[in-house]
Amino acid sequence: MVLGISDPWISAAYVGCILATLLCVVYGILNWNKGDEEEQAQVSEEIKWHEKEKEMEEKELGLWDEEDY
Amino acid sequence: MDLFILSIVVLIYLLMVGYVGYVAWKRTKSSEDYLVAGRNTHPYIMALSYGATFISTAAIVGFGGTAGVYGMGLLWLTFLNILVGIFIAFVFFGKRTRKMGHNLNALTFPEFLSKRFNSRFIQYFSGIVIFVAMPLYASVVLIGMARFVETTLGINYTFALVAMAVIVAVYVIFGGIRGVMYTDALQGTIMFFGMGFLLVFTYWLLGGVIHANELLSGMSAMIPKAAAATGATGWTSMPITGSPFWWTLVSTLILGVGIGVLSQPQLVVRFMTVKSNKELNRAVLIGGVFIAMMTGTAFIVGALSNVYFMQHSGQLAIQAAGGNADKIIPLFISAAMPLWFAYVFMIALLSAAMSTLSAQFHLQGTALGRDIYQTIARKTGGSSVRVARIGIVIAVVIAVILGLILPANIIAVGTAMWFSLTAVAFLAMYVCALFWKRTTKEGAIAGLVVGTFFTAFSYLFINQKAAEALGVCKALTGKVVIATAMPWPTVDPLIVGVPLAFILTIAVSLLTKAPERELLEKTFKEV
Repeated sequence: MVLGISDPWISAAYVGCILATLLCVVYGILNWNKGDEEEQAQVSEEIKWHEKEKEMEEKELGLWDEEDY
Repeated sequence: MDLFILSIVVLIYLLMVGYVGYVAWKRTKSSEDYLVAGRNTHPYIMALSYGATFISTAAIVGFGGTAGVYGMGLLWLTFLNILVGIFIAFVFFGKRTRKMGHNLNALTFPEFLSKRFNSRFIQYFSGIVIFVAMPLYASVVLIGMARFVETTLGINYTFALVAMAVIVAVYVIFGGIRGVMYTDALQGTIMFFGMGFLLVFTYWLLGGVIHANELLSGMSAMIPKAAAATGATGWTSMPITGSPFWWTLVSTLILGVGIGVLSQPQLVVRFMTVKSNKELNRAVLIGGVFIAMMTGTAFIVGALSNVYFMQHSGQLAIQAAGGNADKIIPLFISAAMPLWFAYVFMIALLSAAMSTLSAQFHLQGTALGRDIYQTIARKTGGSSVRVARIGIVIAVVIAVILGLILPANIIAVGTAMWFSLTAVAFLAMYVCALFWKRTTKEGAIAGLVVGTFFTAFSYLFINQKAAEALGVCKALTGKVVIATAMPWPTVDPLIVGVPLAFILTIAVSLLTKAPERELLEKTFKEV
């Protein structure tokens, strides 16, 4: 009996839930500040893209005249 | 329960949600804001929005009640929810989806797939699948909420159903996904504390973790005869392998939702709302803890409610709930928890329902506006947002109608059906889109179309629980299902459908001309 549960398949699920949560926590902590190395490049890419998109929408559709948003 | 106090609590809550929705609405300026929140969402907001969207009243009330019948075996679903639904989804799928979605400038899940494979058909076909099938899932979430209101407050079920639908529709129509995600995060926080208390209090009430689990283990001889005949062995032990009870638990309830989560359109779109992988890394931690607390609590408490009801009324949970598993959790809350908690839980459930419903309605709106209307009519911008809003109204009306006509014990089954359908229809195409450059448009379409029709046919004519609830087979042939040879009526279509879709997608891809290099270079830039 683990945790008062008779079937090892069920106690495995119970313990598995706790371990899987720990995996997420450890992964999150270890990588807390990783993954934004290219952020600067992405930001400038994003700005460029936004301008292009806006220009396109203005030219082709006259979208920004509408009061929809 | 005092209706006056409750009205005040609900009013304060709605004002808070309204305020957050208003702030988001003020910031919603473009159609990109409306569809993917301008792609710069904070990790806390993203993770809780993902979690709160994923977990609804269907998970808490529907699956929690189902755990009252099927027992703690459902904890395998919690395990998959954390490992697959959070860890694998964020780390392996989320990062690629974010970058590729950005490279392709995709704003919805069908649009992502259609641009990846350069096929407009994929976009509107997926849009139609979503628009047609989603109302079932949306309606069971509504039912979950309405059942709780009905059981704890004695308010009319129909009134509760309609009122909920109207409240959610209003703020989705105005706020778009930014409104949806901001309110989600607020609602996720409330849900987390509500469920945390429920777990601790239930174990405290029943004498501690080990003692309570032991009491439940000791009840295995009391399993209802009908359940035992189909393979059930107790609430803390797995059913007999290969029995109908086992197939329903493992294939429909555990695998359906456990695997189906990877290709949920309303969840995938959230990956596209963050700026960099850093947000996703942080979201793994927040999302993992959140999902563990939500589903773990619902399933443990659902199963343990049997101990409580046996001690206090000499009945099993399902008997106390009059045979409707959807009523087990509401009944347990009103019977076993302190009164003040019933108010808090009401708000937590309202949050769970609203966060999922808002995403569902938003998704159906964008499916109609952007994926179907805009792709077929070749119009962009303002008019598609208008059609999206009309789509939301249609979606709400259908969900309410279904909420009134669907039978009892439907919440978990309805949820699992939606998850299975999306897994069979989209998973093969989505996995190949992300990880296999050789996938062709024809391969993707083969898996999508065959998978969709295979699942629809199985649910209408072969799978017993689904066919019974939908009633189409009965109306056409006079029989509940067309094939009665075991175990097929209890096997979820996903067991055959997902491998089938993968085989078709891969085989057809290999038989057709490789995709253009230019498209691949653009799609996989910096991935």
